[in-house]
Amino acid sequence: MTTFADQPLEDQIAQWRAYLRRRQAVHGPDVEELEGHLRDQLVALTESGLTGEEAFLVAVKRMGNLDQLSREFARAHSERLWKQLVMAPEAEKPADTGRPEILVALGLAVAAAVAVKLPVLFGHSISPNEEFPVFYAKNASLFVFPILAVYFIWKRGWDVARALWLALPFAAGAVFANVYLFPKRSDTEVLNILHLPIALWLAVGFAYVRGRWFDDGGRMNFVRFSGELAIYYVLIALGGGVTVAFTFMMFSAIDMNPDWFVAGWLIPCGAAGAVIIGSWLVEAKQSVIENMAPVLTRLFTPLFTVLLLAFLGTMVWTGNPINVKREVLIGFDLLLAVVVGLVLYAASARDPQAAPDFFDALQLLLVVSALVVDGVALWAIAARISEFGFTPNRVAALGENLILLVNLVWTAWLYASFMRRRRAFTALEEWQVTYLPVYCVWAALVVIVFPPVFGYR
Amino acid sequence: MDMGKDLVAASATPLVLAILAEGDSYGYAIIKRVAELSGGHLQWTDGMLYPVLHRLERQGHITAKWSESESGRRRKYYRITKEGRAQLEAQRQQWKAVDGTLRGIWMEACTV
Repeated sequence: MTTFADQPLEDQIAQWRAYLRRRQAVHGPDVEELEGHLRDQLVALTESGLTGEEAFLVAVKRMGNLDQLSREFARAHSERLWKQLVMAPEAEKPADTGRPEILVALGLAVAAAVAVKLPVLFGHSISPNEEFPVFYAKNASLFVFPILAVYFIWKRGWDVARALWLALPFAAGAVFANVYLFPKRSDTEVLNILHLPIALWLAVGFAYVRGRWFDDGGRMNFVRFSGELAIYYVLIALGGGVTVAFTFMMFSAIDMNPDWFVAGWLIPCGAAGAVIIGSWLVEAKQSVIENMAPVLTRLFTPLFTVLLLAFLGTMVWTGNPINVKREVLIGFDLLLAVVVGLVLYAASARDPQAAPDFFDALQLLLVVSALVVDGVALWAIAARISEFGFTPNRVAALGENLILLVNLVWTAWLYASFMRRRRAFTALEEWQVTYLPVYCVWAALVVIVFPPVFGYR
Repeated sequence: MDMGKDLVAASATPLVLAILAEGDSYGYAIIKRVAELSGGHLQWTDGMLYPVLHRLERQGHITAKWSESESGRRRKYYRITKEGRAQLEAQRQQWKAVDGTLRGIWMEACTV
């Protein structure tokens, strides 16, 4: 029952084993057990006078239909059809995963939580009785992103000395987050707070791709990672919300008020640590479970297309012009951002070799209708922009609208040439990932240039 | 003799438990023993034994252990547990009842 001298027979066994391995319900040890059985059977059959090939045919026939077999296995182990999210070590993993990744991730999550509490030593504390300190809003990303970058530097085995330049963007971020003296209720300050994380996310991206921004698919992987992290983060936040609710419920039952703990510790530390834990989960699970972002994309692309078309149709039918209010521009910015996200995540999950299909046509329709809607909105806004004057918010919103518009116009063009088979899908993917730094550079511009240009108002 | 699928499936549990009650064994040997005992009447699809074994293992009726076989390959050996023996006894009673009932009616059919 050891290996057979007959090489073709061994090849056939190997093929059978590989075929069996592809079954989700049949795990590695089961394959080994079944293969042992097959080999026992083969020995018995060859000893009774069959040739290797005959014996193999008989043995495989007796083993039974593999579809039925894996169905039976699935019934005996129904949990196997659900890919497990728990941290059980996979038996088949290569042996080099001896590094205690979970410990590092937990350690860094704790470090992020501690980082959030460090400013307390300098008098910046979060307390439920006072207004949320602006200091924290300004520096929120600086507590977490550098630690996340450290995680990726460690995870990718990047030489620390070479990765040291990554400290620069974070240091610059720290400077520009805190150096300006804003008056109370300053618009540029809010813009600064909102755009700093976007700008710094690029630095995290560099850590993620080990500094090789342009290498094989690194940028698209970072896009995938970002989408999954957002989803994991929302899930963790939901769990956190439940934890908070129970904290309040239970401690108020014994007449204690836990809000100093919840507001000062649980929420800020949890929010920071969850970024690291979420990233680690995405990293650990990327090959285990299906990515969610592309699934959501598939769900919402048709819905958004219908929404946009219905909007255009209604506008044409009723003749109602867009009522230009303060928030309208930002609203349409967000709409474009959603559409770009839908395009981006559809591209991230698409097989670039596949021929154009119905979903691609739908994407093109989505992009074109978004362009038309945004064009109408911009027209309405441009007509009255002189009335409003150029406030920082409006310039930021206009700039963002322009950036997204340029992306979508070119995307529509690329999609159209792809549909007519003039171009490969990779051109579109390439365009999307090439465009990524533009968002971050614009965000950096808003952080750094806007406050002085607009006089910190 | 072609036996109905359901009957084969229903008899699998007591058969496996009874064979393991004779002593520890592994998949291939269990199949051989079944063929021997039934005189070739009970033909199992070999692979189908394993889901049965795994289900019994999960229910705690048998335990499994990987150990080296005489040829050096790893092999999974199964052993019946105390719960397994109790289960076997229960199944025996049930089969006896079925057997007795059928016998009764078939005897009557013969005598009429």
